[in-house]
Amino acid sequence: MNFSDLFDTTKDLRMHSVPHSQIVVSSRVRLARNLHQKPFPGWAKKSERITLMEEMKSAVEALPEMALAFSERMENLSLLEKQVLVERYLISCEHAQKSFGSALVMNTHQTLSVMINEEDHLRMQAILPGFQLKEAFSMIAKIDTALEERLAFAFHPKLGYLTACPSNVGTGMRVSAMLHLPGLVLFEYMNKIINAVHKMGFVVRGLHGEGTDAMGNLFQISNQTTLGEKEEDIIQRLHVVIEQIIQHESNARVILLKQKSEELEDHIGRTYGILCHAYSITTKEALNLLSLIKLGIDLSLFPADVSHDVNALLIEVQPAHLQKRAQLPKTTTKIRDSLRAKLIRTKLKNLPKPLLL
Amino acid sequence: MFCDVCNTKEATVFLTQMTPGNVKKVNLCASCSKIQGVDDPLSFALTNLLSGLEATDKIAQSSLSCPVCGFSQSDFKKRGRLGCSACYDIFIEGLSVILPNLHRGIVHTGKVPIKIAQAYARASQLEALQTSLAHAISKEQYEHAAHYRDLLEELKKNPPGNLEKKMSPRQKKIDSPIPSKADDLLL
Repeated sequence: MNFSDLFDTTKDLRMHSVPHSQIVVSSRVRLARNLHQKPFPGWAKKSERITLMEEMKSAVEALPEMALAFSERMENLSLLEKQVLVERYLISCEHAQKSFGSALVMNTHQTLSVMINEEDHLRMQAILPGFQLKEAFSMIAKIDTALEERLAFAFHPKLGYLTACPSNVGTGMRVSAMLHLPGLVLFEYMNKIINAVHKMGFVVRGLHGEGTDAMGNLFQISNQTTLGEKEEDIIQRLHVVIEQIIQHESNARVILLKQKSEELEDHIGRTYGILCHAYSITTKEALNLLSLIKLGIDLSLFPADVSHDVNALLIEVQPAHLQKRAQLPKTTTKIRDSLRAKLIRTKLKNLPKPLLL
Repeated sequence: MFCDVCNTKEATVFLTQMTPGNVKKVNLCASCSKIQGVDDPLSFALTNLLSGLEATDKIAQSSLSCPVCGFSQSDFKKRGRLGCSACYDIFIEGLSVILPNLHRGIVHTGKVPIKIAQAYARASQLEALQTSLAHAISKEQYEHAAHYRDLLEELKKNPPGNLEKKMSPRQKKIDSPIPSKADDLLL
């Protein structure tokens, strides 16, 4: 599988009939693993890093799940290609900055990706659409168990899996879910939610950063601690918290429909007007407006079959995706803003006017 | 005000983290904030930085360096990351101060790699047989003793990987938390 095959498969993480996929966009579990007594990537010399990377890369490629996988050394990927992978949550920002001595192996479905020599020797993740934390965990745990056969992982009887940063030690596991919470944002409940979630030992971040001013009303929630609890217990605690957030978001939507229907119609009507007629639009504005269209679909103001296009747009309007699609060697913000508006107008050409409540 | 990391340049980036019952502040200069990744919100976590600074104070009191990778306390101060898995044993004193602040517990109770779980099982089985053997000898039950001796010899001949089929289902399962006697088995 090469990069353009990968780019063309815009796997829609969101459209499948999976539990709570309207509110929980995707579920992700990442495990950090290191090789026993080998220098961590940030400390290893370049030659050591390359040797270890090759060893790990062939071990990962040999997994049955990675048949026909996309497998590449990071120096062979352009900056733009790396950024596309970041926008799809297949690699981290940190990994996008790597070159010689680092690699990426990913399955054809783009649900499993293994970053080799990121901050740790192996950062492997499973990402699934909807609310499927447990399923994502069993997928990645299977990969982990298979790799144990071939690689000697650094493991301490008391501290568990050892990682470059002490904040990941123990399970080495980070579980996160991407939530779409326009109802809670409209009612300005997000700060309360974020504070409550913090108290439970979890973190809430925006789509691409901290803070409540999240683009597209998208929020990532994840665990912060990795030592002292079983993997299943961490997942279960996060599961319960997310179920509560889903409940709050659903309630907010019901109140919107019942008590604020006029405001809602106005909001969605204006959103429709802007997206269908704009000639220049920033990423932030596009994501925020697409989020409202998505809300409109969930509330049956738009037909459900446009859901696929809208979900795909949430990824496609991001800068690297736009530039890659336009096949331009270089773009400016201004050019991208107009490309983005054009893409949205084309994709939403057949979107009917919102139904009145 | 000077930067908390390098202590030489003027601090221009000020970070505050509120946790229940606690407010933590860090002041950084422009270049240290860049190194710590403050400008990259996706990968940056204030907790990591804070714990790094706290650990540095503890680790800085020793002049140890890791015999496996050559990592020293001053490297930890600069980077907030360790050099290799063996560093955890070398710098355990400083780490054991910061780990409780970072996590909900200090002992791993989750997944154990199969090979290591087998090594634990083998060790506990060896110990059990040795106890039984000693007990049988002390009671002058020589027939039993011979049986245990044979089992022990067979167990010692088998490499750990082949052990699984010889174990009872109950022994296969390793209960957590891991017994501390397994400490010297491994690293």
